[in-house]
Amino acid sequence: MGFRVVFRRLMGERLAFVSLMFLVVLVLVALLAPWIAPYKPDQMDVMNMMQPPSKEHWFGTDELGRDIFSRVLMGAETAVKASLFAVLIPLCIGVPIGILSGYLGGIVDDLFMRVIDGIIAIPAIILALGITSALGINLWNAMIAIGIVFTPQFARLARGQTLQVRTEHYVEAARITGAGTLWVMARHIIPNIASPIIVQASFNLSIGVLVETTLSFLGMGVQDPDISWGIMIQQAYNMINYNPWMILYPGAAIMLTVLAGNFLGDGLRTALDPKYRKDA
Amino acid sequence: MFLRFLLRRVLYVIPMIFVVTLVVFSLILLIPGDPVLVLLGENATAEKVAQLKEQLGLDKPILVQYADWLAKAVQGDLGRSIFTGQLVSEAVFSRLTVTLQLVIAAMAIAIVAGMALAIISVYFRSRWIDAFARLISTMGVAVPHFLFAMILVILFSLKLNWLPATGFTSIGESPGHFFRDIALPALSLSIGGIAIITRHLRSALMETLDADYIRTAYSHGVTRWQALFRHALQNAMLPVVTTIGLMFGNTLGATVVIETIFAIPGLGQLAVGAIMQRDFTMVQGVVLVMFVMVIVINFITDIVYALLDPRIEY
Repeated sequence: MGFRVVFRRLMGERLAFVSLMFLVVLVLVALLAPWIAPYKPDQMDVMNMMQPPSKEHWFGTDELGRDIFSRVLMGAETAVKASLFAVLIPLCIGVPIGILSGYLGGIVDDLFMRVIDGIIAIPAIILALGITSALGINLWNAMIAIGIVFTPQFARLARGQTLQVRTEHYVEAARITGAGTLWVMARHIIPNIASPIIVQASFNLSIGVLVETTLSFLGMGVQDPDISWGIMIQQAYNMINYNPWMILYPGAAIMLTVLAGNFLGDGLRTALDPKYRKDA
Repeated sequence: MFLRFLLRRVLYVIPMIFVVTLVVFSLILLIPGDPVLVLLGENATAEKVAQLKEQLGLDKPILVQYADWLAKAVQGDLGRSIFTGQLVSEAVFSRLTVTLQLVIAAMAIAIVAGMALAIISVYFRSRWIDAFARLISTMGVAVPHFLFAMILVILFSLKLNWLPATGFTSIGESPGHFFRDIALPALSLSIGGIAIITRHLRSALMETLDADYIRTAYSHGVTRWQALFRHALQNAMLPVVTTIGLMFGNTLGATVVIETIFAIPGLGQLAVGAIMQRDFTMVQGVVLVMFVMVIVINFITDIVYALLDPRIEY
């Protein structure tokens, strides 16, 4: 299935299309935030603490007089990084493990799958906390932890798909005609197991943001001079008795981003479905 | 036959336990900086460091350490907190009851609310109720637990002043206070579960209601309500059982956040504290116990599924 076909179908899914646009804008904001933010995100203004939204401060100011709008924009960078890590590390480590495991079978498969089943049984957030605390608490280690946590799931998904594809006639035909293992994997296995993995990757964009903001909220992720929506909510939480609306903006940013990832995933699932029908 | 099935499942779980205990144990290896130096301070003399290392068994090869730790863990001895000297097993089990009460309350809410929402939306086929069910199942997985918790606190504690924002009473002490204190944390914890159960059960019910045997049942004069409850629900519940089992691990993990927000003295709070302090024996203990619980629940889920589904042969 060509890229164009999938893209055209995806454009037909209204919600997925809007979500894709939102995510594109989010990435642009993440890249351009230092230039488009109206204020410096750490610029304090003690005369204007906890102001409600106004013409000068669209989202108001926080307990140190910092502009919340600028901080939400800057927080996009962390969110995008978290999303990328939550997708790239599992794709680069989990998927190859899964393909090897499924393709080779036997003892290798048994061994890999036991390890993976075991690691999946540890609740994700606990594992992420454990890894960040072991590596040291900072932005990058939090990102690495997020990536590692979701690696086993991708391995399992890739393995399951490989098991199905492996016995297809075209794979066997390729093998019989003397194609090497690596060639079969690259030419026949990967293209045919890609769809569900792409869909899962899209959902992982959301999950990455959820885990990152949760870690940061707990003080185990991004640290203060860096900005995360999770940290903003944690700081707003301390002011909850005075100014509960402060959680609104970073909260909405998290929710919209997560929804966008989920809707895009749903849309991709429909668009990549071989039984796709326009009216379905 | 069933016994053999059970045995096979048990045999499958055992190597998993080895893998995870090894993962949990090796987490210490990754910790930058010597835990002994963390404990004694950077200015400790070499003699003191060596002494404490010997005392903690850290001077032995890592595999020997692991074997020692595992042998003791099997007997229920998880060592002592390197900070407070408290027995890890004692700390973990005293907090386990708190966390279990919270998790069970949250799961109960998720199951009841999720099922009710799915059944109502399928039964009435009303546009509004259906839209509401879909909204919940979409938003429920998009709102992080801590955010939902804070929204509930703002609404029910700060604005309406109906429920307390922090604290915990065990159900054994006072059931009334238990329900008052657990309401907000349990509800915050259940949102994801409500969403997932609603989504799965709703689509499973819709699919089942279209099946031929349901149409046959209608033609025999069965009412819509009977068709739904006596026939469709039984079959639609099968995939939901697995969903509920898988939910347990996520709910348990999320207690880390919820217990921190609501100041509940449970396992999650213990975990966060121990991780912050780098109390490695405590971290090992907490993670091990959480993991074993998830394994046990998954195991039970498998068994329940096999019992419910007549198609599965042991």
